Amino acid sequence: MKDEWPLWEVFIRGQHGMSHRHVGSLHAPDAETAIRNARDVYTRRNEGVSIWVVQAAHIAASSPGEKGPLFEPSNSKVYRHPTFFDIPEDAGAM
Amino acid sequence: MYAQMIRTASTGVKPREEMTPEERRFQDRIDAGEKIEPKDWMPDDYRATLIRQIGQHAHSEVVGQLPEGNWITRAPTLERKAILLAKVQDEAGHGLYLYSAAETLGVSRDELIELLHEGRMKYSSIFNYPTLNWADIGAVGWLVDGAAIVNQVALQRTSYGPYSRAMIRICKEESFHARQGYSIMMAMAFGTPEQKRMAQDAVDRLWYPALMMFGPPDKDSVHTAQSMAWKIKVATNDELRQKFVNQTIPQMEYLGLKCPDPDLKWNEEKQGYDFTEPDWDEFFDVIKGNGPCNVDRMNDRVKAWEKGAWVRDALLAHARKKAAPAAAE
Repeated sequence: MKDEWPLWEVFIRGQHGMSHRHVGSLHAPDAETAIRNARDVYTRRNEGVSIWVVQAAHIAASSPGEKGPLFEPSNSKVYRHPTFFDIPEDAGAM
Repeated sequence: MYAQMIRTASTGVKPREEMTPEERRFQDRIDAGEKIEPKDWMPDDYRATLIRQIGQHAHSEVVGQLPEGNWITRAPTLERKAILLAKVQDEAGHGLYLYSAAETLGVSRDELIELLHEGRMKYSSIFNYPTLNWADIGAVGWLVDGAAIVNQVALQRTSYGPYSRAMIRICKEESFHARQGYSIMMAMAFGTPEQKRMAQDAVDRLWYPALMMFGPPDKDSVHTAQSMAWKIKVATNDELRQKFVNQTIPQMEYLGLKCPDPDLKWNEEKQGYDFTEPDWDEFFDVIKGNGPCNVDRMNDRVKAWEKGAWVRDALLAHARKKAAPAAAE
């Protein structure tokens, strides 16, 4: 408890060119060990081709209290979606 | 189950009119099926109950490595050995996912491990039974992991986001565990008469301990109501036990093995089996520490933790040294 290894968050990129995705966490003394341990735990079944690790303490996160101010403004902006616009069939594929 | 008899502060559900506005909002979110995330407000007892349940679940994964690890060096073929090794490694990963989920609630993994070692936290009663021979390894994979799947599939819908996500990950890997166990059972049940006898003996010994995994009967589970209201638990002990029996008996029949319960009978009306409850006195006794292997399991865990201390310390010291600005030469 006194000297616990820091917590790291693990991100993996799968086979098909997608973005790295958060898969879980682990404790490790340093980045090198974190990557090695992430390999051992999170890519046991060909889940990935690339690993990112970042110390959990270095992640800044929005707080649940900010949910309204942060995300509500986009609720009213339906024109940001392509389906907002009616394009006549005669115009062809778009 | 992997978490049996989880205490909540109260023995009933708090009535709505006694809730604070915050508690009411929280309950509404739960009722609407929303997931609760680490930084969200939650009642203290919701947090404490989750820490106990996820912690116990994590401890079970890790202690659960011991009865199987015991057979890695004695597996009958190289293939079975590689498979068992992979399964036991998976269990370490499952422990990690769960400890990580618990840590999002503000407790550290080392604290949880310390509580386990001091006997102030529990792990599943099933791991206090011995694995006496290779057939037991088959029966553990099939019955114990089978029971774990029934519980964990339900828990994928639990209200706490990190716990739910850990369950989803674990369930994907867990069906490999049950299948490798069943494959061992098939080899033995369809093998020589002596192998079949061993398979039957393993089922005879492990059937009731497997049923105990789901925890005491609903009528004696005073803490279930609040956990269900908070959707920490999404099915009762008896519901899950029934489900497990229903799905396991046909698998047992396929193997040509007999269930050690003489009163087991299909009940057409409830579309499920009637079965004999395990000996609950034995269950409570094992939970209290008097099972056949409680002392060994804890000794092994504490020994591994203490003997690993120098590795943890050395790696940390090395990392700090590397990270420190280069000292003036």
